[in-house]
Amino acid sequence: MTGPVVKDPAQFDTSTGGAVVRLEGICTRFGRNVVHEGLDLSIRAGEIVALVGGSGSGKTTLLRHVIGLTRPAAGRVEVFGETLDAGGAAERLARQRRMGVLFQHGALFSAFSVAQNIAFPLRELGVMSRREIDRLVALKLEMVEMEPAHALLMPAELSGGMVKRVALARALALEPELLLLDEPTAGLDPDRSASFIRLIRALHRELGLTVVLVTHDLDTLAQMATSVAVLAERRIVSHASLDETLAADHPFVARFFRGLQARHGQSHGAGAG
Amino acid sequence: MAGRALDEVFVAGASGIRLAGDWTLRGLDGLLPALRRALAAVPADANWSLRSIRRMDSFGAMLLWQAWGGRWPVALDADEAQRAIIGRIGKVTAAALPMPPRISAADAVALLGARLLGFVDHLGGFVALLGRLVLDLAHLLRHPRDWPLLEISANLFKVGAKAMPVSALVGFLIGVVLSYLSALQLRTFGADAFIVNILGMGIIRELGPVLVSVLVAGRSGSAMTAQLGVMRVTEEIDALAAMGVSRSLRLVLPKVVALTLAMPLLVLWTSAIALFGGWVSAWVELDISLHFFLQALPDAVPVANLYIGLAKGAVFGFLIALIACHFGLRVQPDTESLSTHTTASVVAAITVVILVDAVFAIATRSIGLPL
Repeated sequence: MTGPVVKDPAQFDTSTGGAVVRLEGICTRFGRNVVHEGLDLSIRAGEIVALVGGSGSGKTTLLRHVIGLTRPAAGRVEVFGETLDAGGAAERLARQRRMGVLFQHGALFSAFSVAQNIAFPLRELGVMSRREIDRLVALKLEMVEMEPAHALLMPAELSGGMVKRVALARALALEPELLLLDEPTAGLDPDRSASFIRLIRALHRELGLTVVLVTHDLDTLAQMATSVAVLAERRIVSHASLDETLAADHPFVARFFRGLQARHGQSHGAGAG
Repeated sequence: MAGRALDEVFVAGASGIRLAGDWTLRGLDGLLPALRRALAAVPADANWSLRSIRRMDSFGAMLLWQAWGGRWPVALDADEAQRAIIGRIGKVTAAALPMPPRISAADAVALLGARLLGFVDHLGGFVALLGRLVLDLAHLLRHPRDWPLLEISANLFKVGAKAMPVSALVGFLIGVVLSYLSALQLRTFGADAFIVNILGMGIIRELGPVLVSVLVAGRSGSAMTAQLGVMRVTEEIDALAAMGVSRSLRLVLPKVVALTLAMPLLVLWTSAIALFGGWVSAWVELDISLHFFLQALPDAVPVANLYIGLAKGAVFGFLIALIACHFGLRVQPDTESLSTHTTASVVAAITVVILVDAVFAIATRSIGLPL
């Protein structure tokens, strides 16, 4: 079943109650270390959700649950309205292809050139000719603002920012409806990270993507996210817009957003908020 | 996707072509072959209406652009967003991806030259590593407290003790086979007693050291290269350098010392087991008793051969470890380089061992031969 699809991303995929990702009662343990306990989170179509939390609070683990790389000890992970292991192998694969993942360090295949990395998922699909694949690769490269001349470079020859952009192009290759970003701007200079944010926002606008990003960077968060999910005390303590999150009365939120609250107050005072 | 029909997305009517539904990679899944045929059959001057398309991605746009032969159709009814997506496809087509350069004859010559220079570079790097090791040894003689004893003993256990079962198994089987084949020949001449000479000389002087070297190069040499290579990839070696810790002293020297010490012992162990295997076969085939075998061995094989075998073991061990470390430290931080260097390390180690073995054979040609 493919959900009814309409042009307006805000109404997209209503058959699933609007939730692209729904986590219910997630419990995760590593040995005796409990990471999540009774965690609930629901992400609506067309949202850009920033997942924030302290180091080691299990943000990346939560992302890996959604991708299906790890299984929670208890609880239910629903993506596009179905649990991760619903349906046969073909349906699971089809569901997997509806999401694109940008790993923290890019995870480009080091034996492949840039173009081959982006072409890989397209080639795996097996419905396109070589010419079509080349054309789509060129388009994705242009989308992430890379020169066509970079197509022949190997991942080892790329700078950190370029690795991130190529990895994003690869994540976008299969036209995903859900994009999962793990620390998309970590390790980028402010200029690069600003252009990366612009890029993702533009893609979100054009393609109507749902985006989940894990980040520590308050600037990234403030400029990108339409809502913020705060992971603390092993569960989601708040999932609301940035303004509401800043107003929330929670010790972790207060500590985490201290810098931003100060700046936010200023910009409101100057009438530029 | 059963029951999907082409007319959900493509309708050729009297007024022209009307497209509908999802023109996305997923939406067109299952319809593609039929759709491609339908698109190819559309006349060049047809009217196109895209108004009923619910959603279009770059794949759908590319299909259309190809169907239009790379230019806008004369009569097109589409909204702004659709035109933007298709327009972007049209733009990138002009600036195609660069093709990988073709290899010409001149490139082949240049490649050959690069290989040769690469070999010289390897040789230089190897000598530099050797020199570094000598300097480290000189340093350790002056500062005995700096000996990396913990690392050496850990490596000794890893390359020595843990290699004993596999080398014993291989040694035993080689001994059995060698003895069996020789026994068949010797029996036809009635020269049964010479089985001791053949096994003793062959195994102690030649086969034992070379056999163990090949095993150790495959087992421990590759592991050393891979370990150092992964440490390069994960920047652990840079972290050591940043702490002011000499990588040659902490990483290379313990491996080289451990393998140089462990190899003679492994050679002794493997040779002994191989001789035992040889005796078992000789006993079955030629009815030679263990007592006779042990008594005849010292007479048939002068003790100098044992020393030559042990010395070979030490030299081979030194070379294998040094070559493994040399290649390990040259790994570039990517998976491809790791695999090529690990392979190159094992191949180079085995080749060098056999070359040096030939040198040994010439250098020791007048020693330990009972003539």
